Amino acid sequence: MLAKRIIPCLDIDRGRVVKGVKFEDVQDAGDPVEVARKYDLQGADELVFLDITASVDDRPTLFQTVEAVARQIYIPLTVGGGVRNCADVRALLSAGADKVSINTAAVDNPDFVTEAGERYGVQCIVVAIDAKRVSKKNQPPRWEVFTHGGRKSAGLDAIEWARTIVQRGAGELLVTSIDRDGTKGGYDLELLNAISAAVSVPVIASGGVGNLEHLYDGLTQGGADAVLAASIFHQGTYTVGEAKQFLAGRGVLVRT
Amino acid sequence: MAAIGIIDYGMGNLHSLGKALERVAGAGRVVISYDPEELLKCDRLVLPGVGGVRECMKELQRLELNQLVIEAARNKPMLGICLGMQVMLEWSDENGGVPALGLFPGRVTRFPDPPEDGSANRLKVPHMGWNRVRQTRPHPMWQGIPDDAWFYFVHSYHAAPADPAHVLGSTEYGYTFASAVARDNIAAFQFHPEKSQNHGMTLLANFTQWDPA
Repeated sequence: MLAKRIIPCLDIDRGRVVKGVKFEDVQDAGDPVEVARKYDLQGADELVFLDITASVDDRPTLFQTVEAVARQIYIPLTVGGGVRNCADVRALLSAGADKVSINTAAVDNPDFVTEAGERYGVQCIVVAIDAKRVSKKNQPPRWEVFTHGGRKSAGLDAIEWARTIVQRGAGELLVTSIDRDGTKGGYDLELLNAISAAVSVPVIASGGVGNLEHLYDGLTQGGADAVLAASIFHQGTYTVGEAKQFLAGRGVLVRT
Repeated sequence: MAAIGIIDYGMGNLHSLGKALERVAGAGRVVISYDPEELLKCDRLVLPGVGGVRECMKELQRLELNQLVIEAARNKPMLGICLGMQVMLEWSDENGGVPALGLFPGRVTRFPDPPEDGSANRLKVPHMGWNRVRQTRPHPMWQGIPDDAWFYFVHSYHAAPADPAHVLGSTEYGYTFASAVARDNIAAFQFHPEKSQNHGMTLLANFTQWDPA
């Protein structure tokens, strides 16, 4: 049977891995090839690179980074951040990315997702959904989609949006809870469960992991097919191998 | 010098496959080409593939590569990957039904859609991620790879070969399907060896050494 996937996420700025809390106190955390190799050896099932470079002038640096990593690492690589059109998708795929993650551009122009899926295959089109809980306590839960790094409401219901964008050609969803991101308090399990139940494609859980129990919860109660985490791996709190050992011990099928 | 030709019919990303083959090919050259003449000069051929089967068959025909594949399949070691495996069957149900190359009797069919039962823990389609491959019979392509090893899959359709003797490996996803087929000098895999870490690299290395004669 299909294993649940553990995916370390690396923030990339001008060709370097960086780490920081909510884009503040950003520190250099190494060479992308070295960091990618480390996670590959630990047993990561995939890698996600998120380009947080502010300037479009630095775009060629990203392509070089992707190329250098793809030359050495033989597990799937997803690249996101600033993917706006089919030319971006093509450039990233030719550089060696296996999937691209589309966020703001999917909200601005859902046709782009359809076009990219038709042209390159839906399996390489990941749509990232940043969702924020907007319902009050004691109300049925409701989430809205946010774009521009979580600053701007798109005025869309997150569950409805998930359904729509899968119909439009998303092959996988990367679901981040803005409320939980950076808190280490665990994923928004209700959000994950609602989206996972609403769509037929795989869902990657993101935002809020602080310990291994959270990974377990995301994969079981949350119904996610994969879990993405950044700080618990970057800060060396746990290795990917330790995470897998923990999950396997709790009866979750992981690749060993 | 020995050369491995990757058949480039313009769909999908051959970068990682090319790099992976270069890594295991030793002194052998890796050629990525859509030119039938150049490909016919190669000692081994790889038919890769992502995307839809209709577009794939259309491009193979337009570039006159379908004849090349059928001709080369008579004697050259040939490797099919993902959609490249699926087009080796006679027929695919994808895109409303498309006749394919027919190197293996049988058809390609879709995984059933997950039930709309509101449960979050259903089997999703595409079948995406790492799954195990049971080696249903010994073969030089499996050399050095343990039985039930993990490989990386991304697909919504899968081969259903008519002749059980052609099945080389099987995988569970709701039910058992053929994740590898082989006959004579042809071996084809539904998963992506170039994305399957060490076992994938071993499999590609086995292909560069394979002497079916």
